[in-house]
Amino acid sequence: MDILLLLIPLSLVLVGAIAWFMLWAAKSGQFDDLEGPAHSVIMDDDTPPKSDDTPKKN
Amino acid sequence: MGRFVSDSPALTDAPSFSSCFHCGLPVPDGAHYPIQFEGDTRQACCRGCQAVAQTIIDSGQGAYYTHRTVLPATPQQAEAELAQLGLYDLPEIQESFVRTETENIREAALILENIVCAACIWLNERHIAGLPGVLSVEINYATRRARVRWDNSRIQLSAILKAVSDIGYIAHPFDPGRSDDIYKRERNSAIKRLAIAGLGMMQVMMYALPSYTATDMSADIRLLMSWASLILTIPVVVYSAWPFFIGAWRDFKRRTLGMDVPVALGVGTAFVASVYSTFSGHGEVYYDSVTMFIFLLLTGRFLEMNARRRAGAAVEELVKLIPAATTRLPNWPARDEEQVPVARLAVGDHVLVRPGETLPADGVVVEGDSAVSEAMLTGESLPVSKGVRAHVVGGSLNQASPLVVRVDRLGADTRLASIVRLLDRAQSEKPRIGQLADRAAAWFVGLLLLITLAVGLAWYVIDPSKALWIVVSVLVVTCPCALGLATPAALTTATGRLTRLGLLTTRGHALETLAHATDLVFDKTGTLTHGRLSVRQVVPLGGRSEAEVGAIAAALEAGSEHPIAKALRESALSTATASLIHNTPGRGVEGHIDGHIYRLGSPRFAAASETPPAPPESDDSASWVALADESGLIAWFALADTPRADAPAALAALQKQGLRLHLLSGDAEAAVRRSAQQLGIADWHAGALPEDKLAYVTALQQQGRIVAMVGDGINDAPVLAGAQVSIAMGEGADVAQAAADMIMLGSRLGTLADGVALARKTQRIIRENLGWALAYNLVAIPAAALGHVTPWIAGIGMSASSLLVVLNALRLTDFKSRTAPAVADLPLPRPVT
Repeated sequence: MDILLLLIPLSLVLVGAIAWFMLWAAKSGQFDDLEGPAHSVIMDDDTPPKSDDTPKKN
Repeated sequence: MGRFVSDSPALTDAPSFSSCFHCGLPVPDGAHYPIQFEGDTRQACCRGCQAVAQTIIDSGQGAYYTHRTVLPATPQQAEAELAQLGLYDLPEIQESFVRTETENIREAALILENIVCAACIWLNERHIAGLPGVLSVEINYATRRARVRWDNSRIQLSAILKAVSDIGYIAHPFDPGRSDDIYKRERNSAIKRLAIAGLGMMQVMMYALPSYTATDMSADIRLLMSWASLILTIPVVVYSAWPFFIGAWRDFKRRTLGMDVPVALGVGTAFVASVYSTFSGHGEVYYDSVTMFIFLLLTGRFLEMNARRRAGAAVEELVKLIPAATTRLPNWPARDEEQVPVARLAVGDHVLVRPGETLPADGVVVEGDSAVSEAMLTGESLPVSKGVRAHVVGGSLNQASPLVVRVDRLGADTRLASIVRLLDRAQSEKPRIGQLADRAAAWFVGLLLLITLAVGLAWYVIDPSKALWIVVSVLVVTCPCALGLATPAALTTATGRLTRLGLLTTRGHALETLAHATDLVFDKTGTLTHGRLSVRQVVPLGGRSEAEVGAIAAALEAGSEHPIAKALRESALSTATASLIHNTPGRGVEGHIDGHIYRLGSPRFAAASETPPAPPESDDSASWVALADESGLIAWFALADTPRADAPAALAALQKQGLRLHLLSGDAEAAVRRSAQQLGIADWHAGALPEDKLAYVTALQQQGRIVAMVGDGINDAPVLAGAQVSIAMGEGADVAQAAADMIMLGSRLGTLADGVALARKTQRIIRENLGWALAYNLVAIPAAALGHVTPWIAGIGMSASSLLVVLNALRLTDFKSRTAPAVADLPLPRPVT
């Protein structure tokens, strides 16, 4: 059972690392758009649309 | 305060790099307070000026610097925040979001930050309404948009904003970009809190599980586990549960009781008790329960936040219809173009709208011919064709070819802005049932605390070891929030959906009353009919075809703007061209086509005889026009105001819904009888003056009927006001002026049947919601008090009960129009920016 004395503090460190990672992910906008990337991956059109007056299709 | 500079109207350029961009004072050496303005970096003299200038520019009001003629005072650093608010008192800044009703009565659209539950709305409404000089305040829970009306001679807008920040919220002038930013920021912080709570919960559960199951755990391992749990629980309580404590503290300071109070008490009690037992080594630890119900509550709130956003989406979509930038033709009729932000347009400007672009403002077409989709504004799926002189509405989508439009109305004056304003008002006004629920929710928390105290004391006597977690369960399980949410969630969703279908709700009670309506009274002209003449019948004589005589008539009337002429032109294809047209006002028109002379007009004029021929039907519901050539009459045309194409179907649908229909009209008996017969209305009254109409409605009401009146809004104003719920035809009319509880934005009568169906469904959902909220609390509190509910189950119960209310309300977004297939489900036009 003595191993627990090592494992429990280790689990705390691990949780801390995951928490840091989650906060980083939220901060860097990983959760901002949860649907867009799924669609963008199957879009073939690699050329960005002209920024000014191209009529957009709905 | 400001120093007037008379010889320099364009102050943007006046201050050199050594003077402050905002206030004009010299910039001290070594000071570096850059401001980004139209691509350039400008210098400010102090942090205060920098903050203020950046606020102005960021809120899209940068034009202030190009147009100002007076330099503002220099805000001191300490006063910077206040000065920032003070800016909102400047007329230049107010222009974009404040509507001036009379000289001193103003109305502003604001957006509130930090709103977490219905109680925050209630608090803000009470606080703002209590300020002297504030006339009214309405806040929509779903969109967090507030409408404040105030008397500018008694209070300034900055004082109102200050008052809001005093109680811990932040109010900004509304603009859709900022509303998105706020939503993003709140969502982001919710995700972070949720992540921390989730991780903490999972790991604490890991440590807790062995202590529930293992029998041979040594005391020091047990102690180690509880210390590890404590370390993990601290961030969950301090960071993730922070909003609950803040909310409770706010309530405490204001001596009110919101829904955060029981939660904060519950979390706090359980946490403090656990910490005590960790240190002292006596008693139970509840870290697993604490982390778990914080996580569950946050999850519930997060889901609710998303659902709430969907419920308020209709208004947001409308607001976002106006594009951010547009193409201006500064030297029209010259064709040079420039891209300008819509905020910088002025009335009288000419803008070029390409196909696929959204119109930035209301105006008149001066060049081009196109089809414009007004689906988002009127619910009509078919594009409307627009040529020169046609009026176009900001927010509609140009579909076919480029249009040049002269801007007539901008910003807060546009039809779209009126629609949004009225919808806002309707969504924030609560019907009686909602007000009742609000009051109940406020009492509820106080009662709950008393019950908790009693339960705690009772269990302390019965079984002290259980007392603590039972108290926590009771505190957490109750949900006054569901009670407060039940009505606004449903109303916001329903009115938003209805607007998409083309029926705008302008008063809060309208849906409730419409759901209970028993009688529907119609005006005829302009309501059931188009309100303009069209050819109802063509009777060709002497073996000619309808098309042939129609073409002759159309050719003769080619140049006239008379209603009869327009009707004749619309009904036939003009294949011929008439020459030597001679118009005799009030009688008719004469002209030559292919060598023949034709006369069109009153029978006497056309036949050129003193004994006029009689029309084929002696029916005075139509006007008869005769067409003759040299040899005599060749055709009769019957012109009448024809019913709208979808009127029979719409009225049939309404009758099927159990409504009694009535037709009141000021027109002659024959015309009204004919319309009534065509449409299947049994109750009709002709020759009715406005007083007669009102008397008729009053008589119905005295029989206990609930009357909904449908009229054209302007002529029918008195009788509309007399009915319990009034619906005006807003087609083309000024939406803001139509004094009615609901306004039909399009011309599709079918929306009425949709409106009734949706109103009834909304009513049902509100009742379900209130019933659920009440039943939940009635069951949950006794169960928790008797010790059948552990704190984590309580957390689930509370989250689920308020989430269920919002989700139930969201069912209204799926409402399908039964009278028009898939009308408003068109893809959204995306503004090209």
